[in-house]
Amino acid sequence: MSTLTTHPAAEPTGVRALAKRLSLHLDTLPTAAAVVIFIGMIIYGEAAYGRIVQFNTLSNLLINNAHLIILAVGLTFVILTGGIDLSVGAVIAFSSVAGVMLINAGWNPWLAMALMVLIGTAFGTVSGILIQHFHVQPFIATLAMMFLGRGLASILSTVPERLADESPLRSLGTQIEIYDGPKVDDIVITPGVIIAAIVVAAAFFVLHRTRTGRTVYAIGGSEQSAALMGLPVAATKMWVYIISGTLAGLAAVVYTARLGSAQNITGIGWELDAIAATVIGGTLLTGGAGFVLGSVVGALVLGLMNVLITRDGGIPPEATTIITGGILLVFVLLQRAVLARRRE
Amino acid sequence: MSANAHGPSEALKGLVRRQYFWGIVAIALLLLVNLVKDPGYLAVSIGQSGNLAGNVIDILRAAAPIILIAVGMCLVVSTGGIDLSVGSVMAVAGAVSMEFLNGASDTVGSGLAAVGLVVIVSAALGAVNGVLVSVVGLQPFISTLVIMLAGRGLAKVITGGQNTTATNETFRWIANGYVLGLPVVFLLALLLALLMGLLVRRSALGLMLEAIGMDAKAARLAGVNRRALLFTVYILGGVLAGFAGVFATASVMTVDVSRTGYQLELDAILAVVIGGTSLAGGKFNITGAVVGAILIATLDKTVVFLGVSSSATPAFKAVVIVVLCLLQSERVRRMFRQRRAAGAARPAEREVVAA
Amino acid sequence: MSESLPIVEMAGISISFPGVKALDEVGLRLFPGEVHTLMGENGAGKSTLIKALTGVYKIDEGEIRIAGEPRRLGGTADAQSAGISTVYQEVNLCTNLTIGENVMLGHEVRGAAGINWRATHRAAGQTLKKLGLGHLNPKQALSTLPLAVQQLVAISRSMVAQCKVLILDEPTSSLDANEVEQLFTVIRSLRDQGVAILFVSHFLDQVYAISDRLTVLRNGRFEGEYRISDIDRAQLISKMIGKDIAALKSLDAKDSRRVRPDAEPLYSAKGIGRKGAIDATDIELHRGEVVGLAGLLGSGRTELARLIYGADRPDTGEVTLNGEQTEITTPAKALARRIAFSSENRRDEGIIRDLSVRENLVLAVQARRGWARPLPRREQDAIVEKYVSALGVRPADPERPIRLLSGGNQQKVLLGRWLATEPELLILDEPTRGIDVGAKAEIQEYVSVLADEGLSVLFISSEIEEVVRQSDRIIVLKDHRKIAELEGGQGVSADSIVTVIAEDGLGDASADAAVREEVTT
Repeated sequence: MSTLTTHPAAEPTGVRALAKRLSLHLDTLPTAAAVVIFIGMIIYGEAAYGRIVQFNTLSNLLINNAHLIILAVGLTFVILTGGIDLSVGAVIAFSSVAGVMLINAGWNPWLAMALMVLIGTAFGTVSGILIQHFHVQPFIATLAMMFLGRGLASILSTVPERLADESPLRSLGTQIEIYDGPKVDDIVITPGVIIAAIVVAAAFFVLHRTRTGRTVYAIGGSEQSAALMGLPVAATKMWVYIISGTLAGLAAVVYTARLGSAQNITGIGWELDAIAATVIGGTLLTGGAGFVLGSVVGALVLGLMNVLITRDGGIPPEATTIITGGILLVFVLLQRAVLARRRE
Repeated sequence: MSANAHGPSEALKGLVRRQYFWGIVAIALLLLVNLVKDPGYLAVSIGQSGNLAGNVIDILRAAAPIILIAVGMCLVVSTGGIDLSVGSVMAVAGAVSMEFLNGASDTVGSGLAAVGLVVIVSAALGAVNGVLVSVVGLQPFISTLVIMLAGRGLAKVITGGQNTTATNETFRWIANGYVLGLPVVFLLALLLALLMGLLVRRSALGLMLEAIGMDAKAARLAGVNRRALLFTVYILGGVLAGFAGVFATASVMTVDVSRTGYQLELDAILAVVIGGTSLAGGKFNITGAVVGAILIATLDKTVVFLGVSSSATPAFKAVVIVVLCLLQSERVRRMFRQRRAAGAARPAEREVVAA
Repeated sequence: MSESLPIVEMAGISISFPGVKALDEVGLRLFPGEVHTLMGENGAGKSTLIKALTGVYKIDEGEIRIAGEPRRLGGTADAQSAGISTVYQEVNLCTNLTIGENVMLGHEVRGAAGINWRATHRAAGQTLKKLGLGHLNPKQALSTLPLAVQQLVAISRSMVAQCKVLILDEPTSSLDANEVEQLFTVIRSLRDQGVAILFVSHFLDQVYAISDRLTVLRNGRFEGEYRISDIDRAQLISKMIGKDIAALKSLDAKDSRRVRPDAEPLYSAKGIGRKGAIDATDIELHRGEVVGLAGLLGSGRTELARLIYGADRPDTGEVTLNGEQTEITTPAKALARRIAFSSENRRDEGIIRDLSVRENLVLAVQARRGWARPLPRREQDAIVEKYVSALGVRPADPERPIRLLSGGNQQKVLLGRWLATEPELLILDEPTRGIDVGAKAEIQEYVSVLADEGLSVLFISSEIEEVVRQSDRIIVLKDHRKIAELEGGQGVSADSIVTVIAEDGLGDASADAAVREEVTT
């Protein structure tokens, strides 16, 4: 009998070996690129502006982007299945305005926080039902949810709603000093950062260590194949939108805790940031390949970009969305190039 | 199914079957509600210099920019795409024209030059969308989402974050002037919609766009040049949004970089869906989109008139979009069909499975 | 070995689609430890029957018994829990995952900390080993494997699901001889383990090499169940096409009616080919000539046609049209050069369902003119008038959406669409598939008239007799390459083409001598 498989040839050496390894793991290339870019930005920032490689700068990077990391994790699930969730920014607006107003109205803060998360869950569930049961295209369904969330937030209030300083919700934003460095150069975290870390760890576990997670990848690879393999496609697709919505609600809690106020215009454009973080981190926009840890790197790249823009002072802060959009496009093009290579 | 209707009763039946008929009914109902609150609501007075004034005229004026972006959106949607960037293109158009006029003299020439500049800039933004969708092959919602968010950033960069104000009588006349007693904006919007209607229906553009939206593979094998057509459509959508931006800023001669055109893509999508065009692509109806746009303007005015907080309208519109999407979805249609003919429903179901 | 009870028994199965009775009281029995082949031409109802067994279609009448128990199969998951697994022609795996992940998807080994990847990969490795694929590394990406091996991985996957019935739906159509042999080794080993295998293939020699038993379907009806030793090839073919072999032999090609001009060919391609679709092929087409492409499904006949039309971009080859060298890389370019192509996939690549008959008719002409130069209504009406009456489209209402027409009338409209572009070369891929007998005869007749008028026609059909009857010259394809070119005329018949195809593989070690005997009888 003749065998037809490619027997691994004698191990090539040196550069060629590296090239071969890379070509076998082309889907990790964008993530690697994101890590390289992140390190490059740190080096550039340190050289150009100084005070980047410091405990407090890096701590603040995590603290200020905890909510974005949580959002990016949620979108990673959705995008891995080949879907999209455009509603996350608006969900944050509605959830945080509702939460702050309820607390100010005398609700139990912990109950209010739970409700904030559940608001996100509800939005995700509605999106999931529209997409899975009524076959509305994901971007249309979540776009409608985006307008709905933004509209509901505006009904509640159109001015910033402040939270009392002693509110327990704010305690999630308290800075905990872990290591006392010289002057203000401390390692500081907040409960928000811890929540984000737990979310990342849990997402990693679900995606890589459960059958649900593997189904997410399978759907992204080929929904038809996944269904023919007898995998629970419908339920899993519902789940990813519920996860994304719930995490948006959680991000609202973390963000509100840090800021101490909420407004109906909070989170405009955050869906783009979250998509960009996910895509920069190596998740294919068409689904099927990507890493939740990559999305974390992607979120940090965006966060660091904001820091550098602020430090530079020469770039108007209004240009941030233009740059984010540009980076997103560059990475999408990079993905296309990689995919085209892989097909050959 | 006969296309040629005979007699007025058949013509009426044909009208009722069109989805935008229900848009007209909704407009009438809203006006009726207003009439109940204020019996003089529909009164149109002739102001000084023979111009018409009144609530209805205000509604028409407010409808103008929505009509334009709805028509553009209608064409994009028919190809199976979407253009989320229309609102931001309006803001960029406003920013460009105000910045230009701010430094220019108050002459007819500079007013026209501002409009020309807007056309160029908005066509360029449309072209970016077009390239990303047709050449690069990105999903339309991603390409236009990027332009939606980056575009607003661009508008802010152009004005340096300010809400630039300018004076130019010609430019102002576009929004506030009257011709034959009717507001220029509305006439211009109708004219542009009519031109677009003629363009797509008198040429073969409409047929080609529908063919792409219905079945891209079959259209390609029939020799339809998808790339060039998509490119054209996104540019048209951009230019129409640019004009809408001119309309929106010229009335107050100020561009509010964060509010001009804000969430207007919602209005455009809603108008298109009300007009009977499916968001899945295919058959489109420009008249329907115009009716939809006027309905939205009527709704906005009614909400303000009734004293309801206008902040509630976006949420309400979102719910309407969801409901209309559900009505267009195969599953709900099947439920209706089954209810209508419980016995005959099985083959229809089978067709879906087989598809 | 087969006198045990059948594991699957389908009886009196009927399924209707709007306007078509796809299956009419069809039965099928599968025995453990047997390879059972389902035979039939296109439209015979093979795939509908398989979909009934895998729970994709609901049956209107009839009963499915599995291991003696009546079962209702409501979906793929139901079928799988009943022990029925399917491997499709197009590999239905996830190319973004590794080999091991694909094999184990949904059956991963779980431990205290979620999926235990080490154990999962080990289990995958063991399953692969059982099928002689022990040399594969489960951690390797599936996309690095050739299609044939992916097919085997798909089979391994069904082993993990503990399947008792394995359906192989045309698994060999894109495999080469060596790959087929490896697949057969795997199938035999499964058979010996007691799995009932339902095999679908168009390749006769493969059927005879692997089957124990076969069931023939024709036009949605049950034609018969035979042990492989009880039926020879000629009988089998005649059962499939519903004519006895004597009639087939008498169906010799008519005299070459059109004299082939010695002038330069209208179209000629040297070494036109595309990787994975068809090997580099030479082809010449003349005016006033019908050239037939004969070959079984998957032989590369559609692929060749698509390259000529530019529907797929050729990798290699030089094309000369009317004596001038040219490149045809898109359908639009082909239409501009007066080449038209009617796809075999009428529903997805032909008609545009929601457009009217008129719009469908003028679409290609309009596309060639460009959107800015609309076809005046008067000319549209002239085109509609001409082709609706010439082709006998019924109902003759041009404003009716085309989806409301019958298949045959849709096909006529499409034929009209391409003729309206006034092509010099018309490629017809399965123009008569799935349409009623009357429409079929009309279209066949019309094709002959067209050639008489000087058109060059490339005619493709899975009905070899139809190709023989229509063509002046026949190009025979097998396994993605041209194996013969036959001048029409005396001596060329459906039978002789079947022989050419059947004998082509005999030089290979894979076919056995028994096959040759059967062919030559």
